[in-house]
Amino acid sequence: MANERYTEDHEWVRISGDIATCGISDYAQEQLGDVVYVELPEIGRIVSAKDEIAVVESVKAASDIYAPVSGEVVAINDAVEEDPETVNRDALGKGWLFKIKLTDAGEADELMDEASYEDFVQGLDE
Amino acid sequence: MSAMNTQGRPTRPDAVVSADSAPATFSGNRALHLEEKLIFEKDSAGRSGVDLPEPPPVANRLGGLARGEAVGLPGLSEPQVVRHYTRLSQKNYAIDAGLFPLGSCTMKHNPRLNERMARLPGFADLHPMQPESTIQGALQVMQQLSHWIMTLTGMPAVALSPGAGAHGELTGMAAIRAALEARGEAGKRRKVLVPDSAHGTNPATAAALGFQVSGIAEDDTGRVDLKAFEASLGDDVAAIMLTNPNTCGVFEYDIRRIADALHEAGGYFYCDGANFNAIVGRVRPGDLGIDAMHLNLHKTFSTPHGGGGPGSGPVVYSEALAPFAPVPRIQKNADGSLSLVEQAAGDAAQAFGRVKGFHGQMGMFVRALTYMLSHGSDGLRQVAEDAVLNANYLKARLKGEFSLPYGDTGPCMHEVLFDDTFLKGTGVSTLDFAKAMIDEGFHPMTMYFPLVVHGAMLIEPTETETKAALDEFADSLLGLAKAAKSGDTDRFTQAPRFSPRRRLDETQAARKPVLRWQAG
Repeated sequence: MANERYTEDHEWVRISGDIATCGISDYAQEQLGDVVYVELPEIGRIVSAKDEIAVVESVKAASDIYAPVSGEVVAINDAVEEDPETVNRDALGKGWLFKIKLTDAGEADELMDEASYEDFVQGLDE
Repeated sequence: MSAMNTQGRPTRPDAVVSADSAPATFSGNRALHLEEKLIFEKDSAGRSGVDLPEPPPVANRLGGLARGEAVGLPGLSEPQVVRHYTRLSQKNYAIDAGLFPLGSCTMKHNPRLNERMARLPGFADLHPMQPESTIQGALQVMQQLSHWIMTLTGMPAVALSPGAGAHGELTGMAAIRAALEARGEAGKRRKVLVPDSAHGTNPATAAALGFQVSGIAEDDTGRVDLKAFEASLGDDVAAIMLTNPNTCGVFEYDIRRIADALHEAGGYFYCDGANFNAIVGRVRPGDLGIDAMHLNLHKTFSTPHGGGGPGSGPVVYSEALAPFAPVPRIQKNADGSLSLVEQAAGDAAQAFGRVKGFHGQMGMFVRALTYMLSHGSDGLRQVAEDAVLNANYLKARLKGEFSLPYGDTGPCMHEVLFDDTFLKGTGVSTLDFAKAMIDEGFHPMTMYFPLVVHGAMLIEPTETETKAALDEFADSLLGLAKAAKSGDTDRFTQAPRFSPRRRLDETQAARKPVLRWQAG
């Protein structure tokens, strides 16, 4: 796998056909600490990249989550609303947040790949 | 062993075995640390501290809505109730118990003179529905308080009624929205700029009024990034909400330039006055180009906070916004008497409405005015100077062991901000460090805020602490920092060890809150 792309705001996106599955990075969940509440967008909402689309609240802070790509919200992960801990346990897997049907299939290519994101995070920690 | 008395018994707490390994007491209490049950667990059905006659049967029009069962209040005698709440209060930390360094909260001493004035029967026993002719003294207090607030801020109008700081924000921003509506631009100007270091209430206020919130990054000194700010200006911008001094504890030097650019672009300038304590008597917000700002009487003007409150958040307005200020307003009549304008009519025709029942927090007005009059203008100036001096003293004492996120770029204002770089690799987090401060007998500082700084620790000592108190605090903090770096990790991960309860499970408390007591 490992075909995720990342934003500077620590969202990840995984493309399959014209559907982008999105969540927050492992680094983000670790920084936030225990997630206690997740607010997800409505299905059918049209979003542009960088729109505020969801909220992840931890014991430390409430953080806005931005749409990594533009398109229509076609699915949300009810399981993380029920059990926010999933985001901590499996940020890149079962802790996905929402799926966006892409307007522009090429948009995600401009985001960081895993190696660049790792460098980016390394830079933040120094 | 000098720590033993003549009977050979230990006299110093640290000469005894630690609290963890001490034998359990039979009562569960530990001397003055009394274990206290929930009040519902002390319930004894039918017991009561008061003896009231049965009410006579009365007709009501509640129909099926009338309560059919008991309210469920616990039955206790008066001494049980008194002891219960006294015991709980003894577990609490308060400004009356010690230094309370919560950054951005201005936990200063509440002078007893304020309390004495507020308890005068002429203030304490008023009813808000009394005829105006019988409350002229109270109206004079409100008018005089308004005068002081307008003088200190250099602003021409004030609304006293908001009940807290965030309520004041809402009242200020509502006037901005009303002014935009009057200009016919409310539909076009929808964006409110909020720096990333803002208090969380700022974006919440803007959003509650239907504005779109747009963040502005900070520069490498913790101040608003001017380039980013200027790039975001346009005819869609309604206002900026800026705190000055900001939550990084630094003064926004470019505030005039920000105000001018914003006004030129047709926007209004809202200033969050939560940190006015640092500049009162030294800087007049009216001279900085500000259009609206709230003051927290429970911060700068020493009235009690939160549960000891209520809070009070008067808002000052510029000429441009004054017509839109809410009612009630105080008006001087031809015969010299004072009255309250309650309706948005006449001179107040453009008032956007009202934000609170009656007139605001009268008891806080009395306390705040007492504080102003007892300090005078020179005393208030010294408040700001000493608040800044105390924060800089702590900064100077701590910076060798702690880490400053933006480097040592000059003096801070009334609060000093550290990050968690100094804890890197120690296995101790900001949260652990704060818990260890509880063991040291201090309330922790503000943690993890502002969000723009990693593992933030924001310390505001206020002007009411002595040098001796600051030294005691600094010595403890330096001791903790050195302990963390030398690998004494247990001191932090096991903290708090000496508090009535140990580390609480904040995660479970948020995920699965138990909000109602249920009989086991």
